Amino acid sequence: MQSNTTAPARVGPPPEHTTAGAAVQLVRVHHRLGEVEVLGGIDLAVAHGETVALVGPSGCGKSTLLELVCGLQAPSAGRVDTEPAALLPQRDALLPWADALDNAALPLRLQGAGRGEARGTAAPLLAELGLEGFERARPHELSGGMRQRVAVARALLTGRGLLCLDEPFSALDAITRADTHRWLAGVLAAEPRTVLLVTHDVEEALVLADRVCVLSHRPARIVTELPIPGTRPRDPAADELVALRRAALEALRGC
Amino acid sequence: MLISVAIVLALLGAWELYVRLGSVDALLLPAPSAVAETLVEDRGMLWSNLTVTAAEIGFGILLALAVGLGLAIALHLSRSARTAVYPLLVASQAVPIVVVAPLLILWFGYDLGPKVAIIALLAFFPVVVVTLDALAATDAELLRLLRSMDATRWQRLRFVELPAAVPAAVSGAKVAVAVAVIGAVFAEYSGSDAGLGHLILQSIPQLETARAWAAVVVLAAFAVLLVSILAAAERRLSYGTRLPHSPKGPS
Repeated sequence: MQSNTTAPARVGPPPEHTTAGAAVQLVRVHHRLGEVEVLGGIDLAVAHGETVALVGPSGCGKSTLLELVCGLQAPSAGRVDTEPAALLPQRDALLPWADALDNAALPLRLQGAGRGEARGTAAPLLAELGLEGFERARPHELSGGMRQRVAVARALLTGRGLLCLDEPFSALDAITRADTHRWLAGVLAAEPRTVLLVTHDVEEALVLADRVCVLSHRPARIVTELPIPGTRPRDPAADELVALRRAALEALRGC
Repeated sequence: MLISVAIVLALLGAWELYVRLGSVDALLLPAPSAVAETLVEDRGMLWSNLTVTAAEIGFGILLALAVGLGLAIALHLSRSARTAVYPLLVASQAVPIVVVAPLLILWFGYDLGPKVAIIALLAFFPVVVVTLDALAATDAELLRLLRSMDATRWQRLRFVELPAAVPAAVSGAKVAVAVAVIGAVFAEYSGSDAGLGHLILQSIPQLETARAWAAVVVLAAFAVLLVSILAAAERRLSYGTRLPHSPKGPS
């Protein structure tokens, strides 16, 4: 990842800071899907520029929480106050018939740009994310890691200040995942965003987040919040992180 | 390819023997050699009639595609339209075309128009059914992503559902071609003064059975040609089925 300080100007409008307080504000949020109570009262505030990881057991309602934040569903009860969010789905959700550049440029097309204009705007970012020479490759011609980079480019090009990552790296092998963590930390340093990261991988949360919230089984509540010291990307073998991992895993086990 | 050539040769050989050994009157079933002879002798007549039938089939398929795709999109976008119109579409296919065709000829004459209408009436149905199913089967994850980016209904159709349905629409068109050829013969039987169907209709009472069979061969070859053009289009449009390149660069 080459450092590039001019990057934010190219990516379209800078993140909006219209709400005076938090980028995300959840107040006593409950949610039911049919008869099942998925969320059992979530209170969460995420400050602008902060990266918060939500860690919880599989099926605890983490993805539902992101859908509420992204406005794809309305909560059954409680208040969800967020700025517009860009979703990075679990599977990369790239259009299989479109090449990498068209996929990254999709949000620009949706905002009304013509194809040539959108591709022209997206190309420098794609190159900066390490995908130069792969602009015309279709998703099936790219590796899993490269597909996630295209998906990240697409999320950045929405121009939204809040990124919602839904277990984005769970399909990658361990080595690619570690590489992608380092790479994403670099991207976020160059393109500051507020990030809400949902994962079941405690290590991923500790390496990337400023704060880790541990969720309980359904109906999900936040059982522990762990602030993570140090700058990203962190060394997962550092003493502090080892201690934090133990604390997070104990919280997960206890719930 | 080799196998289909072998199958055709074997069938032709068996057919030739069957006729030569005198088990059937040559006026009922001419030998393949007689049909081949007629193909060469009557090539001018066959060609001029083919141009008539090819125009009917070509315009008929274009109309079937336009109506079929338009209906598929309309029914996809509106649940109430789907509930109301879909049974009518099925019913339209249950009406025997031999009943409707003479009426159309009576109303619109011997020109191209009624024949195109008959062909389209038969051929639009597979296009609607296959395309409608493909539109409904679009990956929900892609649509969820588009909604998260505040895409309008039109944008979801334009950027996700329609491109996803293109390969299915081409498949539907392939079925439509086969139906259209039969439709063209029906239409010309109902009233016409030219075309391969017309030629077949005239040749049989004239005891020119070999000429009727030669017309059938030309029709079949034309259908195979159209389907292979569509198959080539399908290969170009398909995605994700080619062998992936070995991933290079950063992973």
